Amino acid sequence: MLMFRELEFKMAKSSTSDAQALFRSLRSAYAATPTNLKIIDLYVVYAITTAVIQVVYMGIVGSFPFNSFLAGVLSCLGTAVLAVCLRIQVNKENKEFKDLPPERAFADFVLCNLVLHLVVMNFLG
Amino acid sequence: MAPDHGSFGLGALICALMLICPAASIRPISDAHRSAALELFVPVDGLFPSLEETYHALRTFLILGVGETSEINRATCPVVLEKLKSPSSSPKGFYDALRVNSILGCQIGSETLEDVASQLRDLIKGADSLMDFYYSVIGLLHVKGQGVSAVLSDAQGVFHSIKALSQSDGRWRFDSNNAESSTHAAGIALEALAGVVSLADGEVDQSKIGIVKHDIVKLFDSIKSYDDGTLYFHEKHIDGSEYEGPLATTASVVRGVASFAAVVSGKLNIPGDKIFGIAKFLLTIGVPGISKDFFNQIDSLSYIENNRISIPLILSLPSTVLSLTTKDQLKVEVTTVFGSAAPPLTVNLVQTSTSEVKNTPTVENQELQFDQENNIHYLDIVPLKIDIGKYTLKFEISLHDPENLNIYATGGRMQYLVFLTGYVKVDNPQIGVLDTDGESSASLVKLDFSKLDKVSLVANHLQKMRLSFQLVTPLGHTFKPHQVYIKLRHEGRVEHIFQLESSARQYKIQLDFLALLEQIYYLSGRYEIELAIGDAAMENSFLHILGHIDLTLPDPPEKVSRPPPQSVDRYSRFGPKQEILHIFRTPEKRPPKELSFTFLGFTLLPLGGFLIGLLTLGVNLKGFPSSSLPALSSILFHAGIAATLLLYGLFWLKFDLFTTLKLLGLLGVFLVFTGHRTLSYLASTSTKTKTN
Repeated sequence: MLMFRELEFKMAKSSTSDAQALFRSLRSAYAATPTNLKIIDLYVVYAITTAVIQVVYMGIVGSFPFNSFLAGVLSCLGTAVLAVCLRIQVNKENKEFKDLPPERAFADFVLCNLVLHLVVMNFLG
Repeated sequence: MAPDHGSFGLGALICALMLICPAASIRPISDAHRSAALELFVPVDGLFPSLEETYHALRTFLILGVGETSEINRATCPVVLEKLKSPSSSPKGFYDALRVNSILGCQIGSETLEDVASQLRDLIKGADSLMDFYYSVIGLLHVKGQGVSAVLSDAQGVFHSIKALSQSDGRWRFDSNNAESSTHAAGIALEALAGVVSLADGEVDQSKIGIVKHDIVKLFDSIKSYDDGTLYFHEKHIDGSEYEGPLATTASVVRGVASFAAVVSGKLNIPGDKIFGIAKFLLTIGVPGISKDFFNQIDSLSYIENNRISIPLILSLPSTVLSLTTKDQLKVEVTTVFGSAAPPLTVNLVQTSTSEVKNTPTVENQELQFDQENNIHYLDIVPLKIDIGKYTLKFEISLHDPENLNIYATGGRMQYLVFLTGYVKVDNPQIGVLDTDGESSASLVKLDFSKLDKVSLVANHLQKMRLSFQLVTPLGHTFKPHQVYIKLRHEGRVEHIFQLESSARQYKIQLDFLALLEQIYYLSGRYEIELAIGDAAMENSFLHILGHIDLTLPDPPEKVSRPPPQSVDRYSRFGPKQEILHIFRTPEKRPPKELSFTFLGFTLLPLGGFLIGLLTLGVNLKGFPSSSLPALSSILFHAGIAATLLLYGLFWLKFDLFTTLKLLGLLGVFLVFTGHRTLSYLASTSTKTKTN
């Protein structure tokens, strides 16, 4: 029985260390990504965080002007989605969009964002 | 007749509508006119708005014999004098001033008047339109009336010139250029021709006068009439801007014809009936409300009063409702249009007729007696044994002196509507409740209307209520009034009205409650019984509460209709209504302001985190283009995006979608342009570095 216990302990330790190793390898791999992709990832994180804060607020006070809540949340989610699309198109390792110049992708991103925010502002009320 | 305000045509229409049956009584000019004149013509500090209106007022006052002219004299004479002395006066100016002066009698030197006379003579020589002739000739006539000699040297020529404007149908044109003829112009022309004849130094050619007399007869052929026998003149073509109503046109013709008849020898061939019809037209206007209409009416009636063709005699009834109870007399007045005495004559009641009661004899050929003191013809109607009702009386005037027939017009047979009223007796009134099987006369109760007893009846739905009575006139005949109703009122609210049937001798009604159940909504309870009898010829029309009846009715079945909602008291319907309390949706609970602002702060935190993250990543602006044109494009591009975001902010705060889209369109074009520039520059630099 003691051996069983020791095995368990060893397995737990190894799983923790496995998780740590995994985490470390992910971090180092991530550091290799180009800066512009990191900027876009940061932007996505920012947008999602803002959306989460709005949901928490709604959870506290109730959804009375529901249109305003939706406008706010969908603005954040929409811009996050557009940023993800931009990341896909700008990523040099992505073979599908090899021929698309990144400036063109950025122009699309700006245009779509402007349209999204026009609709959001109309819906804000 | 009702006074006439506004369009005279409306008054004439009212006349026509009211007189489809025999004539309402026309009255001669009376004190009502005199007091109305004082109210209509009111000078401001002795002055009227124009000399024309001054003349209207003064002439009306003169004819009716009312009004104080001293103040008008003081204020208006200077105006008149100025007008006469002014060198640039038009013919109309002289005409207005001179005719006002003829009534006021201002102190005007004979030199001024002679000067005016010579100016007028020159104007006549050079005149070519009808109005110029008219103003100058009548002006000269007034000058002559003031004592200054005014003789028209070429009277024949002037007569001929005026006559030349006449048409074959008796009308006149205003000048030789205008092809339209007008009846109003005919009146003016005739007055001018009369003036020419009186101003002429010799005889005017009689043949020409004969032709004009013939024209007048033709003019009278175009006279129009209403159903009640009134006659008037009106234009054939009505020009919008210069519309003169029938009154003004008729007045103009009357003045012209009367003036002409006064200066020529021999009679005009116009039947007296036509003058009578015109006088009737002028009198049925009543008291006009407009000063110009009032003047036209009074002025033309004054010409009719003293005209040389025939003077109408007006028969009027001071009262058209005669009572048998007070033994009234039928009174009739015969006067001229201004109420002056008529020559000796007799009034004959030719016929009375009624459409209603057939069995009373109509009266024929009764001569009215004359009361010299009050100037009234009267007749006692009680001995004639006429029953109450509505009658049409026909009168005829016969003059004592046969020579007067040439001077006066009596108007033939005249019809008037008269009401004879009296006391109607209710005979043998009986009310009671009957069983279905038949008469049970024991329960019939005799009513007595003189006493105020109320009957109390009780019935159920299987019984009937019966009411009967006879109506008797003062002469003992059966009377059929206009309204005979019985009203049952349930507890002061729901009312039912029933009409009584009349047989040859009596009125009766039998209310069968079984048949009426649905009509009275199956409502049991106390019903108040009211009897209403009324007629214009009844002096004692009444609405009596006979008593009440307690009805016991079965319960209403399912489908019976409810009684209609009773209207509330008549006057409270116009009062304030019940206040409506609106129930609004309770507003949603909002969070406290502090919480909201805290979370606003929390929302901005990720932005801060984003900026810090960017700095951590080592973001720089090295890629920003340095050469001027691309740099400018980039700056403008970023500025454009900032402006768009600002526009969105304003859109949220105040703009509407249309304005925003308009501005967004402009900004979008700008952004596309600058963005394309910037991004293509960046793309080209990046390919350059790649290839390099």
